[in-house]
Amino acid sequence: MAQQRVLVIGGGLAGLAATMRMAELGVHVDLVSLVPVKRSHSVCAQGGINSVNALTRQQGDNEWKHFDDTVYGGDFLQHQPPVKEMADWGPRIVDLMDRLGVPFNRTPEGFRDQRRFGGTLYKRTSFAGATTGQQLLYSLDEQVRRWEVEGLVKKWEFWDFLEPVLDDSGRCRGAVCQDLVSMEFRAFPADAVILATGGCGLVYGRSTMSMVCTGSAVSRAYQAGAGYANGEFIQVHPTAIPGADKLRLMSESARGEGGRVWVPRTPQDPRSPKNIPEAERYYFLEERYPKYGNLVPRDIATREIFDICTTDGLSVEKDRLCVYLDLTHIPRETLDRKLGGILEIYEKFQGVDPRSEPMKIFPAVHYSMGGLWVDYEKSATGGLVEGSPRNQQTNIPGLYAIGECDYQYHGANRLGANSLLSCIFTGLFCAPGVIAGGQSSAGTESLFAAAIRRQEERHKALLSRTAGVENPYDLHQELGNIMTRTATVVRRNDQLAAAYAEVCALEERWRTCAISDTGNWTNQNVVFTKSLGDMFPLAKLILKGALQRDECRGAHFKPDFAMPGIAATDPAEKRREAEAWCDRFEENTRRWLKTTVAKHGADGHPEISYEDIDTSLIPPRPRLYGLVGGEVIEEVWKQRQAAKAATNGHAAAAAGPVTSGA
Amino acid sequence: MIQLVESSAPRSVRVRVLRQDAPGEESYWQHFDVPYEPNMNVISVLQKIAALAHAEDGQPVPPVAWDCSCLEEVCGSCTMLINGRTRMACSALVDNLLDEGDEIELRPMTKFPVVRDLCVDRSRLFRSLERVKAWVPVDGSYDHGPGPRVSPEEQEDAYPLATCISCGCCLEACPQFTKIEMVRRDDESQEAFEQRRREAFDEGFVGPHAVSQAMLFNAHPIGKMIADERMESLTSQGGIQMCGNAQNCVAVCPKHIPLTRSIARAGRAATVWAIKKLFDR
Repeated sequence: MAQQRVLVIGGGLAGLAATMRMAELGVHVDLVSLVPVKRSHSVCAQGGINSVNALTRQQGDNEWKHFDDTVYGGDFLQHQPPVKEMADWGPRIVDLMDRLGVPFNRTPEGFRDQRRFGGTLYKRTSFAGATTGQQLLYSLDEQVRRWEVEGLVKKWEFWDFLEPVLDDSGRCRGAVCQDLVSMEFRAFPADAVILATGGCGLVYGRSTMSMVCTGSAVSRAYQAGAGYANGEFIQVHPTAIPGADKLRLMSESARGEGGRVWVPRTPQDPRSPKNIPEAERYYFLEERYPKYGNLVPRDIATREIFDICTTDGLSVEKDRLCVYLDLTHIPRETLDRKLGGILEIYEKFQGVDPRSEPMKIFPAVHYSMGGLWVDYEKSATGGLVEGSPRNQQTNIPGLYAIGECDYQYHGANRLGANSLLSCIFTGLFCAPGVIAGGQSSAGTESLFAAAIRRQEERHKALLSRTAGVENPYDLHQELGNIMTRTATVVRRNDQLAAAYAEVCALEERWRTCAISDTGNWTNQNVVFTKSLGDMFPLAKLILKGALQRDECRGAHFKPDFAMPGIAATDPAEKRREAEAWCDRFEENTRRWLKTTVAKHGADGHPEISYEDIDTSLIPPRPRLYGLVGGEVIEEVWKQRQAAKAATNGHAAAAAGPVTSGA
Repeated sequence: MIQLVESSAPRSVRVRVLRQDAPGEESYWQHFDVPYEPNMNVISVLQKIAALAHAEDGQPVPPVAWDCSCLEEVCGSCTMLINGRTRMACSALVDNLLDEGDEIELRPMTKFPVVRDLCVDRSRLFRSLERVKAWVPVDGSYDHGPGPRVSPEEQEDAYPLATCISCGCCLEACPQFTKIEMVRRDDESQEAFEQRRREAFDEGFVGPHAVSQAMLFNAHPIGKMIADERMESLTSQGGIQMCGNAQNCVAVCPKHIPLTRSIARAGRAATVWAIKKLFDR
């Protein structure tokens, strides 16, 4: 039998985990990456990685609760079997990373230390200083280097994925990629292709993402026929450092270690923050969310920070929106040991020591919950069937997506420290299925010859555009401004519709971009222009998905469709309002608890359909973090669920979460 | 210090860039006039140069090529010589650079072959990591429970070494690390060329970053199971004996990694290793 060969695009956590696992199973891997894999965007992840652990288990935690927190935090927009499987794998994955040498912080007795992250009441998050993503990435990079020496992995660094190559039956047989140095095109026949290319932050111009997170690879798969799901769900991280070139992340771990968010009660109080007495500070997250405090889920923290600055006018500065994130009450030694990496970033780029002065932060685009639509095979116990070729496969057979570029794990809002877990999990878990479903690419030479010709022509056409008028870098900035203004924290239908038209107009202007570099050696100008062109289809599906979804769910917030809390004070009236609230919630669930699936239409516009969600394990319930009158709503809701359970005799619909046997 | 400059802020920044179109070609200087903005870094200067698409004299020129990705000094991509000093472009703030002189000078690193303009080929840096087997030799990815217990002191000792971003600053500054530039022959296959290049790399100094990684893994409870193999590599050609103790590496490391401490440890370990080998013969 011919040697199996799989092509992995992207060398972040997901791509490296898949590569390591497949090499271990004896399969040859070609690993393609825009940058040396050690420089992938996973390196920027700071706070940590979630899993149930020995300590939380003794406090009543278990995998089911991690699963429950994840789907509740994600507003139930996920199919539940993959999320359950991921939570079950959590402890194993952190153990594995520990064995691979990740220098996790330690307790005095030498166990892994954990901290608390948003959207949970347990300390599930293992961490290595404040550069956990870096440390996890390096450990996998080292293992893949080991396999490279063994001859099972061949890296293609500084290569760009251009298109998946499909045969007449629609199966993916490999891909065409381009060398970013010599600009040479090359065919990569493969038994299967895995995309592990991360998020699409650059569609928003500036974000917390790296410059390689253009989304172009995913866009190219989408334009070749792959479905893109839940595109409108974009996570805006509550705390980032505003910058001209980039919005640098300030990890949630700053709050996990006790950081407090506040603004002066007096608008734009001119005093230095240290001279503002406690009574004149408004710790708005702690006051509004007594249970979770500064660690409410990200979508909520983001909206509150945004609101306090825009609606309440309490921004610390007048010309630049920001709030204080204060660590100054924590001993310097603790800060250096647990948060050193991120505090250095603040110090280096802002010139202010955050150990002695509160940081000024504001939300920024951070993560794509949506991504390529992928399949899974459900097991009898409600998880996934390991080794099934369906797991993580897009609607194009033979083409897989893992990590941030799939859509499956985080629903409408991702919990902090769950992304590193989902990346490593999908990488490790998909490998046996990818191998089982692989199909030899023998006899496909003519397909690749045609694909290379197509790409060469596209490239030549771009290079010959010297007489163009538009500047690609300026167009990118315009695109980013439109998207940031209309499709982030607060969304309104009139603005989204207008933005869609503006993006279409920009796409037309892109067709007349001037290429200022016509050479054929390390031509970054033409590569950027190409990837900019591929941002428009993604921008359009994000906008259209957001425009059509008339509800509030997780990161997708439309004030025109918000469901405010209970206004009444009279008990009977309160009860009536709560009943009405629950009616509306149930109606909304029927109407909108669905996956958005976008397909690239022949006319270049996304065609959107909706798909039912498997919520068979945990029935959807209202997300009531800090909602006024939440306790009455919860009471009504529980009674309804109990009544339903009584009539159905259905145990799973009972009010409380089912506790797993684990 | 950033705030102080604003009052006398310049309207534009003059930048001179040492350009080179491709390997083996002549390099040349080009000047750019970039509109000033507060809080700029060298990355935003280069972004503006790309968008301007013309030099100071108004002549249209292709954008300067450079490597970057994370822009927060953790990916290690954007190393270059800025005003003569090797450092990361993302964390080089223009206001601070203007304190050093009226204009900003950008050059590619000199110890690696230039690919184009400010882009250099740092594959030798990664080859060094293979030479010293910078990894934990685990059985595999199947579940075997947690890793070994580690004291907080051991973790705090290891963590700084593990934060090496492979930027190459230490290699640029090291007098013992000299440039190796290879050209593929017309009749040579890519594989044959890479093999020949690897052999050439392996004759040169492995570099302070790799010495430090070897010490990191030799201290790890599982990593040390192949400590002998790492010592063999560190004491063979291009190994620790080449270090001239100039201590430039530690001075330029953007992550303040105690490289000279690793080198001292490696030196001691090499002595022990040599004696052990002598008696084992």
